Amino acid sequence: MSMLPAALEAFQGEWRERASAESRLLPQGKLSGPMPWVIAIMIGLTVVATASGLALRNTARVASADVSGGVTVQIVHGAPRERDRQAQAALASVQSAPGVLSARLVPQAELDALVEPWLGTNAGDDINALPVPALIDVRLSDAANDSQLESLRTRLKSSAPAARIDAQATWLAPVFEAIGGLQWLAGGLIALLAFATVATVLLASRNALGNHRSTIEIVHMLGGTDTQIARIFQRSMAVDAAAGGIGGLLLGLVAISLLGHQFAALGSGMMTSVGLGFSDWLVICCIPLAGVLLAVVTARLTVLSALRGML
Amino acid sequence: MPLPQETIATTPKKRFHGLFSTSIAAYSCFGRNQVPATTGYSLLHMNKPDDAEIVHFDNVGLRYGTGKEVLTDVSFTLFSGRFYFLTGASGAGKTSLLKLLYLAQRPSRGLIRMFGTDAITLPRERLPGFRRRLGVVFQDFRLVQHLSAFDNVALPLRVAGVPEKDIVRPVTEMLEWVGLGDRSHARPATLSGGEQQRVAIARAVIGRPDMLIADEPTGNVDPDMAEKLLRLFEALNRLGTTVVVATHDIHLIQKMPDSLIMRLDKGRLSDPTGALRYPPRSGAAPSRPELPRL
Ligand SMILES: Nc1ncnc2c1ncn2[C@@H]1O[C@H](COP(=O)(O)OP(=O)(O)OP(=O)(O)O)[C@@H](O)[C@H]1O
Ligand SMILES: [Mg+2]
Repeated sequence: MSMLPAALEAFQGEWRERASAESRLLPQGKLSGPMPWVIAIMIGLTVVATASGLALRNTARVASADVSGGVTVQIVHGAPRERDRQAQAALASVQSAPGVLSARLVPQAELDALVEPWLGTNAGDDINALPVPALIDVRLSDAANDSQLESLRTRLKSSAPAARIDAQATWLAPVFEAIGGLQWLAGGLIALLAFATVATVLLASRNALGNHRSTIEIVHMLGGTDTQIARIFQRSMAVDAAAGGIGGLLLGLVAISLLGHQFAALGSGMMTSVGLGFSDWLVICCIPLAGVLLAVVTARLTVLSALRGML
Repeated sequence: MPLPQETIATTPKKRFHGLFSTSIAAYSCFGRNQVPATTGYSLLHMNKPDDAEIVHFDNVGLRYGTGKEVLTDVSFTLFSGRFYFLTGASGAGKTSLLKLLYLAQRPSRGLIRMFGTDAITLPRERLPGFRRRLGVVFQDFRLVQHLSAFDNVALPLRVAGVPEKDIVRPVTEMLEWVGLGDRSHARPATLSGGEQQRVAIARAVIGRPDMLIADEPTGNVDPDMAEKLLRLFEALNRLGTTVVVATHDIHLIQKMPDSLIMRLDKGRLSDPTGALRYPPRSGAAPSRPELPRL
């Protein structure tokens, strides 16, 4: 073996010794009492809010990519035969139109399945008597725009006068608006929670400093350096914040998985396909880390500023 | 006389503690902890007062806030390795003077030189180094309430980064020595006033400071313990530590005939024994005038 592990071990030993010596200057863990719990709750809530925000964003992205190039042609005609004839004509016409990737006449079976919840299976006898429109699902190569829709309309006017043409995005616009609103809400919540977490950590740090002011003064009078004293506090705060952060992360993950199951059970075609990607999980795991970092920096700054007031 | 193997093999830091504890034994008038094999070694290393200046005050004045001056025109020189008593009526300014000495307070005016350096313009980051050379017994003890007696005494060593394995023995011995061997796990709140005072003294002397500053260190103990603690200071003094003890206790002063006396009177320093005269008189003051009225 090389000398490196031995050197590393020696360094670790020294570090551990110094750390243990310094940890004896202040009782660890008692530093801030309920603070780990408070931090855990704040981190847990932040994790849930962030996960929801990210999931909403992903949903909106996938859905809008799905529908933005989608156009639906409906043939609404009371006579089934005339309806089918116009549908076939429209399909042929649309398929040859420029900018169209594919067009598909939605089969009767699918249409039956779509209307089934409203009409029931036994409506089968009379189903042809009902003016169920024929549907053509059209995929455009780009997002549908008004001029393209207009040219499709003029194209179909003669061959299929009963055709009604709509971009799918238009139907879903209110849904996207709602999702956008929810995203803003999640963003606002995250900002508020982050702010409250910062405040919590700050208060915890101040509180700990207040409780241990006499200890700090004594260690200071015995020749403890500012960085030494700050380090003791940083470590204490880091331990508290790490405990709180890990607890909070677990809390948040449990909540997320419960929510995920609920949405999966809902079976909503939109939600099931949308989860959290690798980068999303990375962001979520960074939240407790950021909490610990914040706690440590706050503790350091608080202690150093208090010490600067002492001779 | 060959040096004991143990002291040769160890680092200076370790030797330093071993030396200290054996020296206490050597000078202990109670005859405990006697280690005859090593007493020769510690005697070999005894420092004699060498008349080197360790602290110099020049026209120092101190006022708290906008109040009147509690110290006025205080000028004196402390010499390395000597034993000083600081006396004066209650409120005369003894604690205030000691605060200036242990660098907890800056004077309102005047000059203070310590360890050859101007202590007033000393940059903040150099203060810890100075403080580690001082041992202080505060009038109100200032023990860390949530640490045991052992951890309180170990505090200066831990602050100075002494490895843990070199802490247990000297701290245990020191606690034994001040009669608290069986109370080492007790928190200060569960100790009597005198016991707390002894912990404070043990903490002040454990690092064998260059200068020991003790504010009424025997105010809460019985005369026997007071004398024993005085012997501890004396042992430290013989190892070269300059000792400054503020006290009202005339009997204590009488037990240290080699000591020099500074007297504060309403914030002004008087010099009843010529302690502050330069060059300082060597050894005891043979023509010592009657002790100051306290
Ligand atoms: N922090 C302070 N703020 C204002 N005045 C103070 C402060 N500390 C001491 N004094 C005043 O300074 C004067 C000297 O106080 P000091 O504590 O130095 O006296 P002392 O000689 O140590 O007395 P004692 O023997 O009772 O301990 C007193 O009049 C006291 O009221
Ligand atoms: Mg006093």
